[in-house]
Amino acid sequence: MEANPRSTGRLPAAFLTPGSSSFMDFLSHHSPDMLPGKRSLPPLQGAIEAPHGTTIVAVSFPGGVVLAGDRRATMGNMIAQRDIEKVFPADEYSAVGIAGTAGLAVEMVKLFQLELEHFEKVEGAQLSLEGKANRLSTMIRSNLAMAMQGLAVVPLFAGWDVDRQKGRIFSYDVTGGRSEEVGYASTGSGSIFARGAMKKLYREDLTEEQATTLVIQALYDAADDDSATGGPDVARRIYPIVTVITDEGFRRVSDAESAEIARAILERRLEQPDGPRAALL
Amino acid sequence: MSTPFYVSPQQAMADRAEYARKGIARGRSLVVLQYADGIVFVGENPSRALHKFSEIYDRIGFAAAGKYNEYENLRIGGVRYADLRGYTYDRDDVTARGLANVYAQTLGTIFSSAGEKPYEVELVVAEVGATPDGDQIYRLPHDGSIVDEHGSVAVGGSSEQISTYLDQRHRDGMSLAEALKLAVQALSRDTNGGEREIPAERLEVAVLDRTRPQQRKFKRIVGRQLSRLLEADGAASTPTDAPSDTEEPDGATPAPAEAPSEAPEVSETTEKPETKAPEGKDSGKPDGKDTGK
Repeated sequence: MEANPRSTGRLPAAFLTPGSSSFMDFLSHHSPDMLPGKRSLPPLQGAIEAPHGTTIVAVSFPGGVVLAGDRRATMGNMIAQRDIEKVFPADEYSAVGIAGTAGLAVEMVKLFQLELEHFEKVEGAQLSLEGKANRLSTMIRSNLAMAMQGLAVVPLFAGWDVDRQKGRIFSYDVTGGRSEEVGYASTGSGSIFARGAMKKLYREDLTEEQATTLVIQALYDAADDDSATGGPDVARRIYPIVTVITDEGFRRVSDAESAEIARAILERRLEQPDGPRAALL
Repeated sequence: MSTPFYVSPQQAMADRAEYARKGIARGRSLVVLQYADGIVFVGENPSRALHKFSEIYDRIGFAAAGKYNEYENLRIGGVRYADLRGYTYDRDDVTARGLANVYAQTLGTIFSSAGEKPYEVELVVAEVGATPDGDQIYRLPHDGSIVDEHGSVAVGGSSEQISTYLDQRHRDGMSLAEALKLAVQALSRDTNGGEREIPAERLEVAVLDRTRPQQRKFKRIVGRQLSRLLEADGAASTPTDAPSDTEEPDGATPAPAEAPSEAPEVSETTEKPETKAPEGKDSGKPDGKDTGK
């Protein structure tokens, strides 16, 4: 209609086109170059050196789900950052923790948060937890070209399912494949060790406090065996980030609480370096 | 083909304005008021799903009177504008002033473009600040002008009458219950000075609450919380003449008592030529975007 909508300062047509409630859809029409997946990559051989985030763990308990991450980012054999935050609220009832290329992951989380918020504002209702998990899947898939150059982003998504009234965990692979995990899950370089720890310590009737302790135990074990995962740093007062999502919504466990649990674990490990023992039979 | 009649530009614009105003006047009025902890939106809305108020961004709310499909379109445009801006720069860089300007340009262009039907909407864009001084309320009439409002604003059908009523009674630092009650009193006066009852389930209420710990300050007030606020406890009666009314246990009673005395005064103001009001208010505002009127 207008020859040059910019000259009048009027909202361009893309803004007023009804239909989509997705911010990513809108971006791909209005300014596709701002979408992470739409960028063209230089023909580069080999991996790019960039900070990588490491271990994320999640545990569900009857009243909700706990998602936690260590604080280290590494670049090759170097520690790039000691106090990076890798667990974020996605919206009121879900959280996302990211392992992989830190820069891309933070951008992906920012876009994911906005995608959920945008839908909520436009529709006046929240997406279902499945819907949110699928949306994240699409975003990871759009990063596939980057992943093939060594810049993968692999998140862990956890949330409270308002319809089913329970906490749920979703894990992903680099191609965007999504699978729901029962009980506990982990991702990142230390995930193998964290999963081993959780496998032995997990029970179905955990309380919120026990689940919080369990994730910090698992992160401790990951840090114990994986050089890229950071353990509790008592000297610098850097402790894992722990978040809890229940029917009351998202809550980040305060640094003081997290420190207290981490210190208690550390205290016990001075006597028993490998942590609590599970029954043999 | 016959030669079209000559219509002067003044006449054409006046006709379009008349058309838009009539459309807006068919809708029910709504009011936006500042209170101590933020900004409250109150309107009569029989629908629970089709909202008149909504969240645009962290600190910014939107209210609209007029044609639903047109303001819904603008609302979504505003959400997209705000989200894109916040994504490009930072969440703090999304302001009500910027949004109001974009709306004004959009409405103004549509209003003056001969090929398009003027939008029959009147918008309010409000932003809650960290302190009451930082609160901003912009009213955007159908023609693309901007009015920077303070304290209270009414849009829709009998907005002139309601805003006069509000201007006389609104004061800074009202509690939410007081502001809400004043808003309901204002809305329940009909054009000839009478009173009618608006039941709580027909009210749509939302706030931008600066004390909310979350980043997003917009919140709808529904159900129990709304009826609790509406239920009068004596202190929250008509604020202007509180001392004389304190013994009244029912907060709603003072209003009808004073209604007859106010009625002539109010109906006088409604007689004012409507066209004058927005233009007059506009002229001194630094933010007013002149759309060539």
